[in-house]
Amino acid sequence: MISRAHKILFLVMLLACVIMAAALIRLRNRAQDRLQEQAGSAPASIAEESGNPVHTVTLYVPNDLDGSLITVERSIALPSDKNAQARVLLESLIAAFHAQGSTHPIGVESGINEVYFLPVPGVPGQPPQRASSPGAPGQPSGQGEMAVVDLNGALSAAQPSGIEPETLTLLAMMATLHANLPEVTEVHFLVDGQPRETLAGHADLTRTYLASETNPEPAPEAAQ
Amino acid sequence: MRWTEAAALLSFVMTASAPGQTPQGTPQQPPQRASSPGQNAPPAPALPQTPAPQLPAAAATPLKPAFVVVLDAAHGGTDTGAHLGNNLEEKDVTLAVEWRLRSELLARGIAVVTTRSSDAAMTPVARAETANRAQAEACLVIHATATGSGVHLYTSSLAPGPMTRPLPWRTAQAAYVTQSLKLESEIDAALGHAQIPLTLGRASVQPMDSLACPAVAVEVAPLVGGNVTKSRDLSDADYQKSVVDALAAALAAWQSDWKH
Repeated sequence: MISRAHKILFLVMLLACVIMAAALIRLRNRAQDRLQEQAGSAPASIAEESGNPVHTVTLYVPNDLDGSLITVERSIALPSDKNAQARVLLESLIAAFHAQGSTHPIGVESGINEVYFLPVPGVPGQPPQRASSPGAPGQPSGQGEMAVVDLNGALSAAQPSGIEPETLTLLAMMATLHANLPEVTEVHFLVDGQPRETLAGHADLTRTYLASETNPEPAPEAAQ
Repeated sequence: MRWTEAAALLSFVMTASAPGQTPQGTPQQPPQRASSPGQNAPPAPALPQTPAPQLPAAAATPLKPAFVVVLDAAHGGTDTGAHLGNNLEEKDVTLAVEWRLRSELLARGIAVVTTRSSDAAMTPVARAETANRAQAEACLVIHATATGSGVHLYTSSLAPGPMTRPLPWRTAQAAYVTQSLKLESEIDAALGHAQIPLTLGRASVQPMDSLACPAVAVEVAPLVGGNVTKSRDLSDADYQKSVVDALAAALAAWQSDWKH
């Protein structure tokens, strides 16, 4: 025979369990929403926390359905260091790749290890150091800077294979860099710090690309 | 003895002294098929055991057909290319399209050279060597992808350059870029006529930049359903046929246009 006190205790404990379960579910949903918000604006929020000024930047987002680059304006806080600026720009671009409704989905959170800048060779009186014939890939333009973009291996692994998707990824990065950092005239790509023949089996990574190949107009409010 | 006869004799003796090596391939490469209309890969003739007779130059020097098309089915062997879903791999789709297109072209009287005829791995250099040896009037590099819709046409991103001899290996295509764009335009018109959506662009994809011929990369993507088109998968034989028919029609038109 169960006493009345035990019955009351059991009911109280059952009620407490139900209340705690409801509270846990609510907390879990809140945490999930918070994480999703952070994932959607990770580079900007990181930069904003550091108190950097906010710039309007132009991102060139690929559209795989017609092979075009779509211009997207974003307001993001850019650090003063140029290497960090370039990295934040490209990370914002990659975040746009996997945004809802993207036709160029690359499911990776962070795709850039680092961006380095080198002066472009081709000073008068010095022989060209890469190729010599007209139209040669990697032919120095003789002015501006070359951005060496060290891609993350995760980005290369997540990149859909094909001429169009791979070429669009590279063009989008080059166009975004050139539009916001007009002094970038050439771009070379590495993967995890090493030269790689292709991005994912198609687009050639052994050559140096001219930023002008993408033909983007520099953004009116270029980040300095 | 005139120099042409001497060259022919030297060529014949070199062929006889190198058994197993065909004029179309090196020992490291898989055998290449150089098919002419009405000729279906005949077996190699037996090598003579007696001293080589002096043949007239016309008999010893193989004549190049007036119009040759090179088909390069991308990837092969361990290089599977893109995974296209449903256990479909790019290397198999490119080979299937190449086979269909080869048959269509031969039926139209166009000579065809293929870089690979089986599931064999080939380096970009070996592909370019085969294509350049054929001295072709058109080179199609065949790819497939799971993204986008219809057919993507790409020409080399090299800037047009002068025709020099010898051509620099890595940028040989620069001398042919203008012609490549015309060939792309011919294919563009044929695919448009077949109501297949297409995308045009410039890209840097090996071995395109090393090809010494008008060259276009043809990347076949699934057909996304729209107002005019029905959704078609890459493995759909009817879809492959419609693409191949359009390519064959474009190359037939190019046969009469390429000199202009």
